[in-house]
Amino acid sequence: MKNSEKHFINWITKTAKKLPSTKLMEVCGTHTVNLFRSGVKSILPPNIEIVSGPGCPVCVTSDYAIDNAVELAEKGVTILTFGDMVRVPGTKKTLEEVGGYKIFYSPSEIFDLLPETGEAVVLSVGFETTVPMLAWVIKETKKRKIKNLSFYSLHKLIPPPLKIIDEQSVIDGFILPGHVSTIIGRKAYDFMKKPGVVTGFEPELILRGLYVLLDLIAHGRNEIINAYSEVVREEGNKEALDMIYSVLEPDDADWRGLGRIKDSGLKLKAEYADFDAVKRYSLPKEGVIEHGPCKCGEVLMGFITPDECPLFAKQCTPDNPVGACMVSVEGSCAAYYRWRTE
Amino acid sequence: MCLAIPMQIEEINGEWAMVKEGTVTKKVNVSFTPKAVVGDYIIIHAGFAISIMSAEEAKNSLKAYEELRKAFY
Repeated sequence: MKNSEKHFINWITKTAKKLPSTKLMEVCGTHTVNLFRSGVKSILPPNIEIVSGPGCPVCVTSDYAIDNAVELAEKGVTILTFGDMVRVPGTKKTLEEVGGYKIFYSPSEIFDLLPETGEAVVLSVGFETTVPMLAWVIKETKKRKIKNLSFYSLHKLIPPPLKIIDEQSVIDGFILPGHVSTIIGRKAYDFMKKPGVVTGFEPELILRGLYVLLDLIAHGRNEIINAYSEVVREEGNKEALDMIYSVLEPDDADWRGLGRIKDSGLKLKAEYADFDAVKRYSLPKEGVIEHGPCKCGEVLMGFITPDECPLFAKQCTPDNPVGACMVSVEGSCAAYYRWRTE
Repeated sequence: MCLAIPMQIEEINGEWAMVKEGTVTKKVNVSFTPKAVVGDYIIIHAGFAISIMSAEEAKNSLKAYEELRKAFY
């Protein structure tokens, strides 16, 4: 262990002793995973609890959005998607069960995956870190006059659910996402009432962020601090933001666990209507958001931990996931399962 | 999905750059980091650069990743 890490751990332990029972929330799937993987969660004193929030874009996708994608695939449309969407169950099937999809790792690969005949639809999922890339692809699609490709925007924005959770005052402080913040900037969180720290991903950076956050809480300072200034700027990334908002605009969106939140999603602007899958296929814009005994919604709000769901590790495992939180590599339940039982 | 390792730019051609870290060379889109120049380290997400990192910060970051890699793989 590095000296700096030891120092942070000492400071965290000392500061934590001054605090009552404290609940922190992280809202980034990669933080969920790295908090476990780095062992940070296991060194925290018992009065500090870290819960996961709705920071996994696959996990917060509604059931009916999956059903829409499945229906398109059943009609013979080639679905182009990030990998972990294919195993998410809607109210009926997963894309994996239907077939007819292709996976991309970088959105720029989309053009190489177009079918020779027939239509393709991109499942455009992700928070602000990923939106600029898809916006770039949408713009390119229009430039290249590609006729058989459209985009189903399921993109969501991080600040709106944070506002709701912040106002509920159940969480004492927030570990804010690293790379979403690269795009939107530290100042995007200034609306918050509780303290928050923009945090990086390596163990030392997570410890640094945690220490700063606990220190803010101990001193009653409700501020937003950037502890990842190597990469995150005050104003974010202007070119990326310009790309997003030249192609997409805010729209209401349905979140697993939170329901419909005003202006928390993005839709294609009018000038890109020809590439909007919602318009091209008249896709329903409402429906069942989550169904059945799966408690993914409560997990995403930080109300329960995954092991408090009655299905956890019994009917619901990574091999047989009942809900999105277990499917996604960055889902809370998948992370808990992997690190609790290893 | 967010895991992003800083990689050093070897070559830039308009919107695209060749980046290298260790033995891995990749083509990356740099339209969101127009100020990046050859030699800069960039943070890459989904095949696109999203931020420039100073050489010193990048070296620290890479050391940390190397230690993580040794510890977990």
